[in-house]
Amino acid sequence: MSLTFTSIDAWWWPWLFVLLAGWVPNDIWRALGVMSSGRLTEDMEIFRWVKAVATALVAGVIAQLVVLPSGSLAQVPLTVRVIALALGFAAYLNGGRRMAVGVLAGETTLIAGYFAVA
Amino acid sequence: MTTPTPPLPASGLAPGDDGAPLRLWWLRGMRRFASVPAVVLMGAFIGFGALARESGVTLAQAMVMSGLIWALPSKVVLLGVIAGGGTITTAAVAVTLSAVRLMPMVMALIPVIRNARTPRWVLYFAAHFVAVTAWVFGMTEVAALPRRVRMAYFLGFATTIQLGAMAVTALSFAMSGALPLILAAALVFLTPLYFTVSLWGAARDVADRLALVIGILLLPALHQLTPQFDLLLTGLIGGTLAWLIGRRARTKGAAR
Repeated sequence: MSLTFTSIDAWWWPWLFVLLAGWVPNDIWRALGVMSSGRLTEDMEIFRWVKAVATALVAGVIAQLVVLPSGSLAQVPLTVRVIALALGFAAYLNGGRRMAVGVLAGETTLIAGYFAVA
Repeated sequence: MTTPTPPLPASGLAPGDDGAPLRLWWLRGMRRFASVPAVVLMGAFIGFGALARESGVTLAQAMVMSGLIWALPSKVVLLGVIAGGGTITTAAVAVTLSAVRLMPMVMALIPVIRNARTPRWVLYFAAHFVAVTAWVFGMTEVAALPRRVRMAYFLGFATTIQLGAMAVTALSFAMSGALPLILAAALVFLTPLYFTVSLWGAARDVADRLALVIGILLLPALHQLTPQFDLLLTGLIGGTLAWLIGRRARTKGAAR
């Protein structure tokens, strides 16, 4: 099917899209987890693969947001976005692995870099 | 002489149980909304609300996504496909791939929070709230409580952070449109920053860390080749590669 989010011009289509492509493929795994709890163990090899694939997928989203953003972030130069992510991550690694340190460093770099270049 | 057995509390209650009714334990769970992980999660949903606005969904759709899907990675993957003009099939496959990890998480959590008399529908209801924050809460704080009160305490917390996240999604969505460009961009930028540090923090072994690095590097390259399936292929190829290298590292370590 080549139906996108904006393919059908009806009020119900985006909702159906969210239900079929968002809610169902998500909650079905939670339900399967309840059904198989006590029967399968979580350190099976298949679940290690699952976690790696899920991690790589979210990593792809990170890259998509930083390298190919749309909207307001696209107005910030590419180099500034990449450096901000790299510095934020470096600050997290060197700042006692605290999430707040990484997020603050990255945000500060993004804003300062935007004004420095503009 | 026989060794005296330690006296049971007069009430017959388990240690740590003050005998309070379950609705009070539910409220106690709700109160944990004021905790570091919950506050960090709300910050991440500020990013989600801003990102949703720029991805072409409405405020109501963004809120419903927060309630129905709940797990941030799945929602951000869905927004990514929507913003990129991908099809419903691509979106469903991408969301599935990012959500399979919920299954082993639920499998591990359910035996911890249930007791012998918990009805099945309550288990399915509780499972809906499984995502990283509630899961860690369940596996640590809830696991330390007497079994009788665990489900109430877990659900009190989980339902509260979900409703809070829906409210934050709406607020951020509404406000980010009125912000100066750089501040709106900074809110959207919360998402990649939050995911980078939280994925690194949640990584258990080499494979997970490699998957993060490979995935970030792979997407721009695959986007040049196939902008339609770049995200899906990044997950499948990057994740499988990272898993293979990680497995090799593990078996080598075990052989030594």
